[in-house]
Order: sequence, then C-alpha cells, then structure tokens
Amino acid sequence: MLELAIKGSKKYWVWILGLLTIIGIAFIVYLWQLDFGLGITGMSRDVSWGFYIAQFTFLVGVAAGGVMVVLPYYLHDYKAFGKITILGEFLAIAAVIMCLLFIIVDLGQPMRLLNVLLYPTPNSVLFWDMIVLNVYLLLNIIVGWNVLEAERNNVHYPVWIKALAIFSIIWAPAIHTVTAYLYCGLPGRGFWLTAILAPRFLASAFAAGPALLILLALIIRRTTKFDPGKEQIQSLAKIVTYAIIINVFFFLCEVFVVFYSRIPSHMSHLQYLFFGFHGHGALVPWMWLSITLMVTAIVLLVIPATRKNETVLAGACVCVFAGTWIDKGLGMISGGFVPNPLHHVTEYIPTVPEVVIALGVWAAGFFVLTLLFKIAVTVKEEVSGV
Amino acid sequence: MENSRRSFLKIAGISALGLGTKPVLNVFASGENSEKREAEIQKNPAALKAKRWAMVIDTRKYESEEDLKPIVEACNKIHNIPKHTNKRHEIMWIWFDEFKYVFTNQEHEFVDDRVKHLPFLVLCNHCEKPACVRACPTKATFKRDDGIVLMDFHRCIGCRFCMAACPYGSRSFNFRDPRPFIKEENKEFPTRMKGVVEKCNLCAERLAVGKMPACAEASNGAIVVGDIYDSESEVRKLLKNNYAIRRKPELGAGPAIYYIV
Repeated sequence: MLELAIKGSKKYWVWILGLLTIIGIAFIVYLWQLDFGLGITGMSRDVSWGFYIAQFTFLVGVAAGGVMVVLPYYLHDYKAFGKITILGEFLAIAAVIMCLLFIIVDLGQPMRLLNVLLYPTPNSVLFWDMIVLNVYLLLNIIVGWNVLEAERNNVHYPVWIKALAIFSIIWAPAIHTVTAYLYCGLPGRGFWLTAILAPRFLASAFAAGPALLILLALIIRRTTKFDPGKEQIQSLAKIVTYAIIINVFFFLCEVFVVFYSRIPSHMSHLQYLFFGFHGHGALVPWMWLSITLMVTAIVLLVIPATRKNETVLAGACVCVFAGTWIDKGLGMISGGFVPNPLHHVTEYIPTVPEVVIALGVWAAGFFVLTLLFKIAVTVKEEVSGV
Repeated sequence: MENSRRSFLKIAGISALGLGTKPVLNVFASGENSEKREAEIQKNPAALKAKRWAMVIDTRKYESEEDLKPIVEACNKIHNIPKHTNKRHEIMWIWFDEFKYVFTNQEHEFVDDRVKHLPFLVLCNHCEKPACVRACPTKATFKRDDGIVLMDFHRCIGCRFCMAACPYGSRSFNFRDPRPFIKEENKEFPTRMKGVVEKCNLCAERLAVGKMPACAEASNGAIVVGDIYDSESEVRKLLKNNYAIRRKPELGAGPAIYYIV
C-alpha cells in the first residue's frame, strides 16, 4: 500500500515539500545542538527539562487519545467508528514517533541511547516508558496496517488482529500513566507530587487526541473524497466534551488541595504559573489563556446547538487542543522546576533554536501522519468506488 | 634494604590473599577457559574505609562567606570544575547559600541573627535512599556499599532524570563543553564532556588513597568526614555532643550531611 503515498496532487506535494523543508532546517539546527551541547536551549541547572520534554508529554497524550475511536468500535461494537479507527491508529503512530524524537533531541549524549537497553534498570520509570511507548507504536503499526489492508482486499481482518487491537486499548492508558509516573514519583517536586497527575494526564489526553482527530476529519472531508461522517464527528465531540470537563475538574481538585492545605512547596509552583512568584511570571498570561480556552471550549461543547454546528465545533476543538497544549506543553514541565528545590526562582524561556528543533519534530510527525492518512484515505476512496 | 624487604612482604601478603581466593574464583570459572582469568584490582592499603561515610559541618566554626570561599575553591580546583560565564550553564559541586534557602522547611521570621546571615554549605547529601539512583535509567549514577553516591560519566546518556529526582538541587549538567572554562587543569582527575551530569563525589578518589575530602581539608576543622557506624569516629562524637540538623529529613532520603547550628 506504500505506493499510494507517492501518488498525489500538486497540493499534496507542496505540503510534503513544505514539511520536508522545515525538517531540513530543524535538522541543521539540531546538528548545531549536537556540536555545542544543550546549552543552545533555554534550559539551565535549575530548569533541567524544558520545551522538548513538555512536547513529549503532550504528545504521549495525543497518542493515547487515539484509543478513543478504537475502544468504542472493538469493545462496544460501535459500528460507526469502524470507518475511522484507522485514523486514530495512524495518528497514534505519528504521535509516538514524535515522542521518541523529542526524547532523542533532549538527550545530552544521544549516541549512548542504547545504554538504556544495555543496562536495563527496572527501578527507573524511564526504562518502563521506553517499553510502553515502543510496544504501543508496534501495536498500532500492526493493527492499523492489517485492518487497512484487509479493507482494501475486501476481506475481514484476521481474528488475532482483533486480539491485538483489544490489547492496544489496554495499552493506551498505560503509556500516559507511565509518563505521568516519570514526574509524580519524585520526592522533592511538589508540583508533580500528586496522585491526580496520571488521571489528569489521561483526561487531557482524551480531550486533546479526539479534538485533533475531529479537526483532521474535517480537513479530510474538505480535501478528499472520503467523508469520515457526521455521526462519527458528533460522537467524537461528545467524548471531547466529557474529557475536557473531567480534565478541568481534576485540575480544580489539585487547586483545592494545594491552596487549602497551604503547604508552601506545593503552592509555590501554582502561584508561579498563575500569579507570578517573587516578581517572576513569564507564564502567567499563558496559563490564564489556557484556562480561558478550556472553559470556552466547555461552554461551546456542552450546548447541543453549538456542538452540532461543525464550524463552531471546529473552533471548540482548536480551543481544546491549544488549551491543553499550553497546560502540558508549556506549564506542566517548567512549572515543576520553578521555584527550584532551594526555593530560588530561575525562569525558563525556550530559545529560538530550541523552538526550531521542536518545530522540526512536529513537522516530522505531520510528515508521517500525512503519508499514513494519504494511504488510508486512498484505500477508503478505492473501496467506496468514488 | 629495609625498604625493599618491606615492599616484598607487602606484595607477598597481597599475593597470598589472591591465592586464597583462587579456589573460589575457580568454582565460577569451571567450564570456562581457565586461561582467561579476570584481572584483580589491588586495593591501595592506605585507602580510607567506612561502613557508611557521613559529613558533619560545624557552622559555629566559621563566620562569613570569606571563610567558605577557600573550601569551595579547593573542591573546584581539584575536580576541574569549569567557571562558566553563563549562569544557566553553571556547574556546582559544593556552594553556599542562606539558611532560608538551604533549610526551606525550618526557616522562620525570628531566626537568630547569626544563623540568618550565616552562609551554609550545600552539596550532594549522599543519601541512604538516593532518589537520583532510583531514577537513573542506565545505572550511570549508583550508591557504593560505603554510602557514597557516584557518577559514571561514560555511561550517562544525559537524560537529566536524576536532576529532576534530586530533592536538594545538588546535580549539574554540562550544557556545553566544560574544558575551555577550566582555568588550571588537575591532571589527576578527569575532566568531563558536554551532555553528562555531575555532582559531588565526596572525594572518593582521595579517600581511595588515604586523603580526606578536599573540602574537609580546607575547612580548618569546620567539616569532619568519617564513618557514621563507627561509634569512636569523630563524626559520631560530634553528633553525640551536639544537636545537628539535616536538609529535608521528612522526605526520608536519609541525607548523610549533618549541620551543627
């Protein structure tokens, strides 16, 4: 089926070349980072993880979110989603690839990456994260590819594929839970040291992933002859609605515990993010923007009339995606490091090269996503004979 | 003559020890090619040993930053610690800070004037249960049997999980090549490369040859290092006769650095 990815319209090739250009530029900047070291980023002794790890965290969520179309189809036999499970699986593949790339660009000594396998260390959550992410990638490649191929050949997919699909449904929450465990088990970081972190991650994942899927479905309907379907989009919209409400609720639970207990080492990070701390508040406008976006999205999604209007729905999905991205992709990681363990404030602002490299990884992800979606959509077009 | 006889006896003694362990090694080597035997590492007889190393800092024995600077300087020089111009790239093994930052959980408005304005030394706590060792995905950072938490600079992949895990902010990362920023290189200790984490090693390299840690040596008696499980050791005597505090004891990491205030 791979050949389907190299037959496309002029627009398709312009898009592909655009992505490749960004990847190329970012790769050159990455070579500079490789030569100089991570000093070209805004990270410091105090804020030792930054934009890369934050993007990684957010994208693990997007990858896990893909399960929200797979689960209703395989577990509840919700037939309507049968048409679009492939989009969820292929989105998960692209997202996990971005995750792995973000980990690699964040390493100080990437050529020693295999040390994680050569000296396996089950104590380390990073070891488990490496396992769950790679297995999830593999599961989605196998299931997605086989189901699509079966559809193309007009046969039913083999039984063992269904078994793997159900396995991947269990696996999806695992990848984001383990990713949350990277942070929430660390003794000295009050911001992350909360049992609600993994549930919060999952809720925002199940909002952001399906929101992106809705946007992608709308784009596919516009640019190709394949229609992912009105019912499908509305069902996804309901999933996004509940997930984003639960996400905000979990966040408020955290806010209550932190500010009612008034334990300084837990409070100071939220103070820094939302009100500024000792005169430092680079992220304050961003965090309030995030809250505004999520609340706006909830209002638009809860009211049936606005949710059913696909233009408004698209706007709401942009709000969900942007709001959860700011929350996790900007605030979640650097917020945990400010103030530092000695309660000093060192602020973190990503540098231009850092953002360019991150954009390059996003472009690589969208490159993979475009190829996969192109294949999937062409098969759908062939099968329906349009 | 006397001298060579003594060194002969020394070597003979060590050889006898080696022969004594041979049968044990043979058990493990059975079935293997007996020609291929692992090299044995000869321990320096002068090495200082402890069941568990600990440090007591007697903060009554110094008054100002000026008293602490030579201590920090001694460590920096011996361990080839670069002096970066960009604060973000800073490498620190031992440094000092105010009471309210070092003891974030014990600070209050009415702390007496001496303590309030006194600088406190900060370094790796060589924890009993080090969070950094638990987090490291490659065992590049590890705890020795004698309690010293060490780094293998050659195995570290630079993921900085240990830095996030350390509740004391004791670790530094080489954001760039440190070598151009080392004023005078000490050839007896390795320099590091970009992309790896480093921290205080309690002068494991000095203890191995019978020397006390550089900070203790430069401290005029304000810093004492010794075996906390040896009731006759100086650290134990100090702890027996003085009330000492540790940083963030509520986390249960079991820091091995004690401060007499």
